[in-house]
Amino acid sequence: MNHQTDTFPKLLSDNAQRLASKVAMREKDYGIWQSWTWAEMRDEIFALANGLAALGFQRGDKLAIVGSNRPRLYWGICATQCLGGIPVPVYQDSVADEMQYVLEHAEAKFVIAEDQEQVDKMLEIQDRCPNMQHIIYDDPRGMRAYQHDHLHDFVDLQTLGREFAQAHPDYLNQAIAQGQGSDISIFLYTSGTTGKPKGVVMTYDNIILTARNSAEFDKLTSSEEVLSYLPMAWVGDHIFSYGQAYVAGFAINCPESETTIATDLREIGPTYYFAPPRVFENILTTVTIRMHDAGKLKQRMYNYFMGVARKTGVKLLNGEAVSFKDKWLYGLGNILIYAPLKNTMGFTRIRLAYTAGEAIGPEIFDFFRSLGINIKQLYGQTEAAVFITMQPDGQIFADTVGIPAPGVDVKIADNGEVLYRGPGVFHSYFKNEQATRETKNAEGWVYTGDAGYFAENGHLKIIDRIKDVGRFNDGSMFAPKYIENKLKFFPHIKEAVAFGHEKDYCTAFINIDLEAVGNWAERNNVAYASYQELAGDPRVYQMMLDSIEAVNRSLASDPLLSNSQIHRFLILHKELDPDDGELTRTRKVRRRIIAEKYGVLIDALYNGSKACFIRTEVTFEDGRKGAIEANLAIVDVPTLAAVKEAA
Amino acid sequence: MAELTQDGRKIGDILLEVKNITLAFGGVKALTNISFDIKEGEIRAIIGPNGAGKSSMLNVISGFYHPQQGEVWFRGQKRGPMRPYEVARQGIARTFQNIALFKGMSTLDNLMTGRITQMHTNILWQALWKGPAEREEIAHREKVERIIDFLGIQAIRKTPVGRLPYGLQKRVELGRALAAEAKLLLLDEPMAGMNLEEKEDMCRFILDVNEEFGTTIALIEHDMGVVMDLSDRVVVLDYGKKLADGTPNEVRNDPAVIEAYLGVGH
Repeated sequence: MNHQTDTFPKLLSDNAQRLASKVAMREKDYGIWQSWTWAEMRDEIFALANGLAALGFQRGDKLAIVGSNRPRLYWGICATQCLGGIPVPVYQDSVADEMQYVLEHAEAKFVIAEDQEQVDKMLEIQDRCPNMQHIIYDDPRGMRAYQHDHLHDFVDLQTLGREFAQAHPDYLNQAIAQGQGSDISIFLYTSGTTGKPKGVVMTYDNIILTARNSAEFDKLTSSEEVLSYLPMAWVGDHIFSYGQAYVAGFAINCPESETTIATDLREIGPTYYFAPPRVFENILTTVTIRMHDAGKLKQRMYNYFMGVARKTGVKLLNGEAVSFKDKWLYGLGNILIYAPLKNTMGFTRIRLAYTAGEAIGPEIFDFFRSLGINIKQLYGQTEAAVFITMQPDGQIFADTVGIPAPGVDVKIADNGEVLYRGPGVFHSYFKNEQATRETKNAEGWVYTGDAGYFAENGHLKIIDRIKDVGRFNDGSMFAPKYIENKLKFFPHIKEAVAFGHEKDYCTAFINIDLEAVGNWAERNNVAYASYQELAGDPRVYQMMLDSIEAVNRSLASDPLLSNSQIHRFLILHKELDPDDGELTRTRKVRRRIIAEKYGVLIDALYNGSKACFIRTEVTFEDGRKGAIEANLAIVDVPTLAAVKEAA
Repeated sequence: MAELTQDGRKIGDILLEVKNITLAFGGVKALTNISFDIKEGEIRAIIGPNGAGKSSMLNVISGFYHPQQGEVWFRGQKRGPMRPYEVARQGIARTFQNIALFKGMSTLDNLMTGRITQMHTNILWQALWKGPAEREEIAHREKVERIIDFLGIQAIRKTPVGRLPYGLQKRVELGRALAAEAKLLLLDEPMAGMNLEEKEDMCRFILDVNEEFGTTIALIEHDMGVVMDLSDRVVVLDYGKKLADGTPNEVRNDPAVIEAYLGVGH
């Protein structure tokens, strides 16, 4: 790699010359978008770096960044790197105790905190973090009464830095020149949903090479606009809002506050956008609900032209041939519906949108693509500096996550686990030799913990966490989450639990979505007195049966998974609930507890009976306990013989 | 003489003083011979059971009611009978017990109305718009944007206030009073009808206003816990008469107050 631009401070100097008057960063403050050009941003960052140096910042010192997406916090990352230090962004909504673990573990000496709230947390944990010496705050509001020698106002520190620079004009340039690509650039802590967070150590090469490869893959230029609204501690934001922004030289925009993101999105009109599937799902729901409230004429126009879009839009986006008439209709629809709709969503200028993290429903995916929004999926991990696989333009499928990213090798282990290696592979886990060895083997292959396989078109398909994947009695693979996701894509299915490990065939519990099914009942004059009664209604059973048959058809077309077709199912009489321990707080199915609690039902699914009685204890919202009883019908589903996809 | 509170705020000389106020509606005496003062920079609470005359007292201070007897002294000068807008120009702003915002107007526009006493261009310039009127509006908008930032209501800047939940409307009303950049801020039950979280937020804002802008605050409140935590001095009214006056601790232990609030066993 060119050693002129092998670290972020060097890239900054380079951009400040090449793109001097181009906007690098915007922030909405007091109702107005304030902006900084690359040259202005360099001056701000250098002033901060000099200020840190004046406080005695040494090479290798760690600086924690605590707060939401603010320009000054982003500058803090680069200023730290200028001095050969290591920035450690922290999830700002964690409580003090969670932060204490990360800060202590990372041995952070300096902290840049956003505001009084975060400073208070730092002061609370200070006694338990012996390394912490200086706290710098961005927003001085409410800080007047704080009398501490080690508390510094951001602006004061920059003033101090400018004085320091006058006295030591060469200090910073020398510090920057000492940095090189193989140095450590940042610690990114995993969110720690399973056990304590791990500090993922990244080098400049990891981040810059990955950012450069992916920017070339998607042809990102310096004219992109990005809205930076996802946590700075998350690897995705570090790549999209920092790595790629520095490499390609584009502008990032910090929203006014967490609650104004939708408005800010519309005002900025980003060209490059990332959101988890949930966000796209919410947008679609909002649009659908608002269309239900619209006038008759508007509704008819919307329905007609969305039909046109479904037929033509995806083809146009993929560059396939479309008849003249369809093209003309799509053009008309664009004037009447698509363009105004995209304007409302803030997607007018969008060139590329990514989603990742969870499976996304095909109809959500197709909705956005049919509008001409190039939304793509990627598969990634913190340990990979995000990118493992990406979808190339024109080869977008809802159920696969794309081909290996540039420079990345992907292979499937014998047990079905996905392994990868490439330039983005992390250096190590900080102070956790054992975990590093368990995750990354001697040849540099990283174990993802995900089960997957390559589909016939060469795209990777992720099916489940490897530890949840089981085997049917005949030895074929059983991936419960994959089946459950397929079921949950139907709006009237809220939750599903699939069974099949060490069994002959696959069965499932279904939870109806009370809102969707209740709505259907209202429209079709189906009277019901309770959730239980609605769930047990034969017409509801029929509705679920239709959906499951559709899932079976889709499973049958996949030779690896055709054995996973659902043979029998029942609709649960109560909603699976975190309060009853059946789901985690983040609404993930807790299989072990469900298997214990509903053992009789699982037995009934496999012993051929037509109904089963169950009595379940429930916890009400006010903490009281009660029990509900039900006689649940069990329904057989027709299954199909495995067919080849080509057929 | 300026004195310092425990948390380092400065409390100055007397800003407003009411002397021997008596207010009657026909034969009903709402206030009888009430005297107390409000010092610069302090948070002063007026408490009392329903019908004690708290809101009447506030209305006297804000010039809405004219007492039959007694005097109101503001910044060392006796105040003659005044219209409410004249009082506002003197530097007194208030909020109302039942929110009195312009429901159809956006948050931003409502806050801008708080600047009305500071607008100087006449109707002709306003109609012409370009020039002084525009410059003035931009300057006022800047002030209002600072208040929006201070209260954290950026997300509802353009939302008509009629569509906002109650707690937020209260916050907008506080914002409008702040926009007037008053010397003395009168808050009539700022936390009535709020849930715990909204109350905590409102407390924080009241304290911040007092600390950051040095605004003197007089407030009426029912929630005793809030009053005792928030205020520097408390005056207690009951049936139009003054029962007690002092620091929260003094008031809390005053036998007359205990009797009025809790009743005394017979």
